[in-house]
Amino acid sequence: MTKSVKQEMIGLNGDEAVAYAVKQSDVDVVAAYPITPQTIIVEKFSEYVANGEVETEFVCTESEHSALAASLAASATGARTFTASASAGLALMHEMLFVTSGCRAPVVMAIANRALSAPLNIHGDQSDSMAQRDSGWIHLYVENAQEAYDTVIQAFRIAEKSDVLLPVIVGLDGFTLSHTLENVRVLSDEDVKRFVGVREFLNVLTHEGKSVPFKLDPANPMTMGPIAMPNYYYEFKRQQDEAMQNALTAIQDLNEEFATVTGRKYGNGLVEMYSLDDADVAVVCVGSACGTLKTIVDELRQEGIKAGLLRLRTFRPLPVEALRSALENMKAVAVMDKSLSFGGEGGAVFHEVRHALYDSKKHPPIVNYIYGLGGRDSSPRELRGVYEDLLQILKTGRVEKTLTYLGLRE
Amino acid sequence: MTTTSQEWKFTTKDIAEKPDLFLSGHRACAGCGPATVLRLMMKATRGPTIVTEATGCMEVVSTIYPYTSWAVPWLHTAFETAAANASGIDAALKVMRKKGRVKDEHVDIIALAGDGGTFDIGLQALSGAVERGHDFLFVLYDNEGYMNTGIQRSGGTPMGAATTTTPAGTVIPGKLQAKKPIAEIMLAHEMDYVATASAYYWRDLLTKVRKGLEVEGPAFLHIFAPCPRGWRSDPAKTMEYSKLAVESCVFPVWEAINGKRQLSTPSKLIALAPQKKKPITDYLKGQGRYRHLFTPQNKHMLDEKQRITDERWEQLLKNCEQT
Repeated sequence: MTKSVKQEMIGLNGDEAVAYAVKQSDVDVVAAYPITPQTIIVEKFSEYVANGEVETEFVCTESEHSALAASLAASATGARTFTASASAGLALMHEMLFVTSGCRAPVVMAIANRALSAPLNIHGDQSDSMAQRDSGWIHLYVENAQEAYDTVIQAFRIAEKSDVLLPVIVGLDGFTLSHTLENVRVLSDEDVKRFVGVREFLNVLTHEGKSVPFKLDPANPMTMGPIAMPNYYYEFKRQQDEAMQNALTAIQDLNEEFATVTGRKYGNGLVEMYSLDDADVAVVCVGSACGTLKTIVDELRQEGIKAGLLRLRTFRPLPVEALRSALENMKAVAVMDKSLSFGGEGGAVFHEVRHALYDSKKHPPIVNYIYGLGGRDSSPRELRGVYEDLLQILKTGRVEKTLTYLGLRE
Repeated sequence: MTTTSQEWKFTTKDIAEKPDLFLSGHRACAGCGPATVLRLMMKATRGPTIVTEATGCMEVVSTIYPYTSWAVPWLHTAFETAAANASGIDAALKVMRKKGRVKDEHVDIIALAGDGGTFDIGLQALSGAVERGHDFLFVLYDNEGYMNTGIQRSGGTPMGAATTTTPAGTVIPGKLQAKKPIAEIMLAHEMDYVATASAYYWRDLLTKVRKGLEVEGPAFLHIFAPCPRGWRSDPAKTMEYSKLAVESCVFPVWEAINGKRQLSTPSKLIALAPQKKKPITDYLKGQGRYRHLFTPQNKHMLDEKQRITDERWEQLLKNCEQT
């Protein structure tokens, strides 16, 4: 690896790390509405604005719905745009998530993942962003504050790539990451500015055959967000799906490019494999619990148990091939879900990992664990129990229970 | 190149010479009031302009992919978002101009919505964007119902009107509630410019669009725009109803500059010569949506409508005197 640039270690919680990354990324517009546990992002950024530390227009809207509408419109006008939300706020945005991706507006949004009401709960789980799975946004989930900082910087580049042009959600677990102070290595303002560059525009052809930048520009009038009847709508959607496939490459490329600057990378950008190559039993997990699981894997390895972890960093686009090749040789797999798909027999991640393995010739048993809903703590002992269950499957050759609610008072 | 409304008199010659920016070929119905309003509105623009429009009749008739009637940059996102969009565009232009990423010295922003996107589902976003002080003109084309989705009631539907969600039944004679005074609500936001206009009085309308654009900060223009399809009225009489609504004081035209309100000429003439004020029945008759009111058992509705109209007119006169 080439020598990385000079970095400074500072204490930041996850939200602050996000705000710091946005501050450095030459963002033109931030339109947002505060909601726990995302508030620190908005508050911190407001301080930057109030102190003249950023050249950014901050629009503190009257709702999340307007926050995303304003973000989309700013992005369509050509601005690099950021917003942030969580839980009920993200749910209120739901309509606009589809419009944003459909308008191909490369907005970046941090989500401090939080449970959905009712009952009202402000604590962390991933129900909010998992419910937005099919909204056409790229979904990246981070493990710690450092990765939150790094990923937000990468996200602008991923979103703005002309063969992608899709909005990106960066998910960080509420409180566990959003409010927990960590040592974060930050780049200089100049290095981040150099990395993110200035937003480039896809050139599109007008009806007169003129090639013009894809944005609202009085010099080149363009109609954006029109109505498309059954004779055209379908093609728009197919193009979005193609862009998602292109994002698989963009995410990996940016992960590599970032590593050459900072020395840090997160697996291949899509999945991170931890002691997985020769593992017998593997856990698949998303987000901050992966930190605890890595410690458990280390313990188990010391005990001579071939345990591994696959951290799913990119949930959309789903890295089907990477999941299949990484997991098909396992003898048993457990998938962790910090959200529920009611009536769906398991969580979203479980469904998708099983789907990824369907075309494999080998079909290791795969079980699902729901955990941490509404901020319920998952202790290392409980998480270790997941591996112990997998070992039991190995021993007996039988799956007793496909779906387990970890740490639940039955 | 901007021309102030004082210099531009909006003569028929001016208008004829100015190229259309809302182009023909759209799919609006025969006699569509809003389509006329939009064409006039775009004639009053003064330079680079971006239009953002709420979901509604005018959005769907003018941008059926791959066609468009808009010769200016135009953005639609959702039903309730016209004003929120405008705030995003405003913020983007402001900061990008500072950074040298936008070359135009000034770009006017028009947020356009029907009564659904203004009185009802878009009211929150509108109130928020106005409170934040974004530089945009919000144009409401009010055809008094959700016409795009098949003539359902809105907060802008007047009392007694039959819509598909307030049908004239044997027990309930159409909509029971009065029209929401939306321009008063916007005026209460202490905006620099709030005005009402009617499609018939085209010069008044054009001047008000231009004034609204000239305001630095938010401006609101409420334009009365008959819908023959939804009103069950003769498409040939759209302009006649636009005129009668003003003459009967159902829809007076006025403007408030920095909170100082005055009647515009068509309504001022009625204020000066009250005998010219027409009874609302002159305006209501011939509109199919009010047909059921002209029966003996619903006479009380007509009386009530006249009472509300008179009361609001008197209040308006007082408000104009006071300011």
